[in-house]
Amino acid sequence: MAEAVFRIWRGTAAGGQFVEYRTEATTGMVVLDAVHKIQAEQANDLSVRWNCKAGKCGSCSAEINGKPRLMCMTRLNELPLEKPVTVQPMQAFPIIRDLVTDVSWNFEVKRKIRKFSPRAADAPDGTWRMAQADVDRVQEFRKCIECFLCQDVCHVLREHKYFDTFIGPRYFVYAAALEMQPIDKENRLSDLRDPHNIGYCNIGKCCTNVCPEEIKITDNAIIPLKERVVDEFYDPLRMLFRVFK
Amino acid sequence: MPEHEVVEHDVLVIGAGGAGLSAAVAASAAGVKVGVVTKSLLGKAHTVMAEGGVAAAMANVDERDSWKVHFADTMRGGQYLNNWRMAEIHAREAPDRVKELEAWGALFDRTRDGRILQRNFGGHRYPRLAHVGDRTGLEMIRTLQDHGIHQGIDFHMEHTILTLLKDGDRVCGAFGYDRERGRFKLFRASAVVLATGGIGRAFLITSNSWEYTGDGIALAYHAGATMLDMEFVQFHPTGMIWPPSVRGILVTEGVRGEGGILVNSAGRRFMFDDIPDNYRSSTADNEEEGWRYVTGDKNARRPPELLTRDHVARCIRREVREGRGSPHGGVFLDISWIKAKVPNAPEHIKKKLPSMYHQFKQLGDIDITKEAMEVGPTTHYMMGGIKVDAESQMSDVAGLFAAGECAAGLHGANRLGGNSLSDLLVFGQRAGKFAADYARQNPARTFPRDQADDAARRALLPLERQGSAEGPYAIQHSLQSRMQDLVGIVRREEEMLAALDEIAALKHRAATVGVPGNREYNNGWHTALDLDSLLTVSELITRAAIERKESRGGHFREDYPDKSPDWGKYNIVIRKGAAGEPEVSRVPVQPLPAELQQVIEENK
Ligand SMILES: Cc1cc2nc3c(=O)[nH]c(=O)nc-3n(C[C@H](O)[C@H](O)[C@H](O)COP(=O)(O)OP(=O)(O)OC[C@H]3O[C@@H](n4cnc5c(N)ncnc54)[C@H](O)[C@@H]3O)c2cc1C
Ligand code: SF4
Ligand code: SF4
Ligand code: FES
Repeated sequence: MAEAVFRIWRGTAAGGQFVEYRTEATTGMVVLDAVHKIQAEQANDLSVRWNCKAGKCGSCSAEINGKPRLMCMTRLNELPLEKPVTVQPMQAFPIIRDLVTDVSWNFEVKRKIRKFSPRAADAPDGTWRMAQADVDRVQEFRKCIECFLCQDVCHVLREHKYFDTFIGPRYFVYAAALEMQPIDKENRLSDLRDPHNIGYCNIGKCCTNVCPEEIKITDNAIIPLKERVVDEFYDPLRMLFRVFK
Repeated sequence: MPEHEVVEHDVLVIGAGGAGLSAAVAASAAGVKVGVVTKSLLGKAHTVMAEGGVAAAMANVDERDSWKVHFADTMRGGQYLNNWRMAEIHAREAPDRVKELEAWGALFDRTRDGRILQRNFGGHRYPRLAHVGDRTGLEMIRTLQDHGIHQGIDFHMEHTILTLLKDGDRVCGAFGYDRERGRFKLFRASAVVLATGGIGRAFLITSNSWEYTGDGIALAYHAGATMLDMEFVQFHPTGMIWPPSVRGILVTEGVRGEGGILVNSAGRRFMFDDIPDNYRSSTADNEEEGWRYVTGDKNARRPPELLTRDHVARCIRREVREGRGSPHGGVFLDISWIKAKVPNAPEHIKKKLPSMYHQFKQLGDIDITKEAMEVGPTTHYMMGGIKVDAESQMSDVAGLFAAGECAAGLHGANRLGGNSLSDLLVFGQRAGKFAADYARQNPARTFPRDQADDAARRALLPLERQGSAEGPYAIQHSLQSRMQDLVGIVRREEEMLAALDEIAALKHRAATVGVPGNREYNNGWHTALDLDSLLTVSELITRAAIERKESRGGHFREDYPDKSPDWGKYNIVIRKGAAGEPEVSRVPVQPLPAELQQVIEENK
């Protein structure tokens, strides 16, 4: 492979612009490697988050050629290198600097979801018995690496900025994991309807399409939750109204 | 210096991996005010990357297992340099800690009768690792995180501690900066728990992230604490080696636990060629028996691929050196061969090792259900670190505790896979509990301002020099490649002496490092500030490695290739001397009580 051109967004909350960098693209390189190479050789103060470099920690989220992705799992050989590769921070969240955004809102939202609360233990030694099949269903949701790419792409947050009234796909996945946890006895359906407003979601699946863990966010988490909410509080008119609000 | 922002807690926990979170939860449960500082966001610490599982003798899969066998396995793995009391506490308490995780919402894979499933791992006699596919660390850290956020703990995310504050002989807080704005912060605390993880970034090829710069070890060392077993660095036998950009990324031992075999370029399972004497009676001597073992036959002995990591890593290095390596300088790890044994093998592999499948497919263009992987050793884990009291985890500095990878003692000369995650739970909790007790009984009253000002002044120097001076990345890279070449998996006296010279020269370079830009989320500045810890731990590792003139566990000396019974009687400790120079000395290994000696004999 030869030289590739990267247009990386540089700036702060006050403003910024794309800056062009040229760097060598070698076999197997991912976008994060290129960003690191540029950081080490040309722009020591370039800001980027990362930890594992293996798609396990969800730190390196960004928008590559306009698509929300993990930089460490995006191979250069799957991008059209004849054109510059654009790398910019997630657009739904406030900018801190360069590729780093302020995702603290997500951590606050999580606290508002009712915590796990187990039923009494099944066995005298304080343990529970669970079937693998029941565990499997929830493990899909527990795979979430909290990269917040789904939050970034969800129009309710990205365009409508309903950060105060909507928890976003990541936290529907989280709530689904708790609701379907085999030994949890809490009920979160009322909260999901209001104040978490699951009704705002129009199941467009943008979130599912960007999830690096391939969690079927809409089909397996949101839709079943919506069904449960509807079963418990049947109120079709209001739901319809909320979708178009 | 302008006023620094001051934050007050009874117990300050530095680190939000498994150890830090366990400590914070325990301290907070003991009723004191707790703060947690972490360089990354919550849930991103290294613990998230752990794959294979957490070791605990619950005996769910093999009823012959017990804390005694786990204890004996840990001691043998550590080549008897372990702190026996820590090994005992660990083996006894790990099952309860794993069950506690379940009570906090963790979902482990299950046995047929609905209990927690356990898998085989290197050096563990029975299937002992509770796991969730190959993402056990994620399950663990998320459970602790989601539990922890409801316990009234204050989290300071993306903050880095630069120095510990001391009032006379005791610790009274810490001083650091927030990465987002670059503002300094003074944390007052009556007790501090270090849970900062490892040192992998001191080497070029590593499974560790940028965070692993050995900060906790360096902080404690400069604060006057004693370091133990610094020569013992674990090189994991199986890291990815191709393509170059993924070099070092871990390939879990779980692959071998599920039946993966190591072969050389001639197609030979070379691990059968060199089985150490102390493992001979428990290791299979033919392929058929090895396979029966991984499929759960209780009468079979384990395949040689599951020997301890230090040994497997050296066998791989031998194959490569003697010209029997794979095209990119490693050996082959093959799990796809099990299609000869199990129906529907591809599905089985994807189910058991989903993230390995994903990792190779996406980063290496390899389908592990069809082809072999290429693997080679990678710097993985620090056995050595801060010397602590076995019961309380307090270091030699009053009020300063340490737990998890940055603490030493449990693992001796070599850690068994799965014994780290359990270490975090057991000793994280103890550290938190005892730190809370200490804080309550010994509230700190004085907080020396000058120590903080001094650290702040030093921290700003790289920015004052700006980009005209040498940048931090070049210095970091030089250090990593020198350590890799000179103090790596095979060591020699001359090379290590050369490394000391190199480290001294690098200290000079680091003293004049410059960074462009300002204090706001400036990765260059952060990297420059981490250099100090990296250089400190590199020097301590090298000095201890020079001192130990034998080969044992993770420490292999080409000039002293054998294990020496004499050296087996000592641990190496390092303290900062009065003139600021490291003082290296030997201390006798604590003798085992007779009952535990008996346990070891019974499980030989
Ligand atoms: C790829 C991989 C796979 C592994 N698999 C297994 C396995 O299957 N089983 C097993 O038992 N072990 C495994 N290990 C080892 C195990 O994961 C680690 O040893 C363990 O997670 C360390 O946990 P910890 O709590 O000590 O530190 P970490 O989880 O690394 O946390 C360190 C924390 O300290 C913070 N910190 C560091 N320095 C500072 C500072 N200066 N200021 C503020 N905060 C700071 C960091 O931000 C972080 O929050 C694996 C390791 C790796 C790399
Ligand atoms: S499906 Fe719902 S949650 Fe997902 S992106 Fe669309 S609106 Fe948002
Ligand atoms: S659900 Fe998927 S996209 Fe959303 S935060 Fe989790 S891993 Fe990321
Ligand atoms: S660095 Fe961890 S997901 Fe990319």
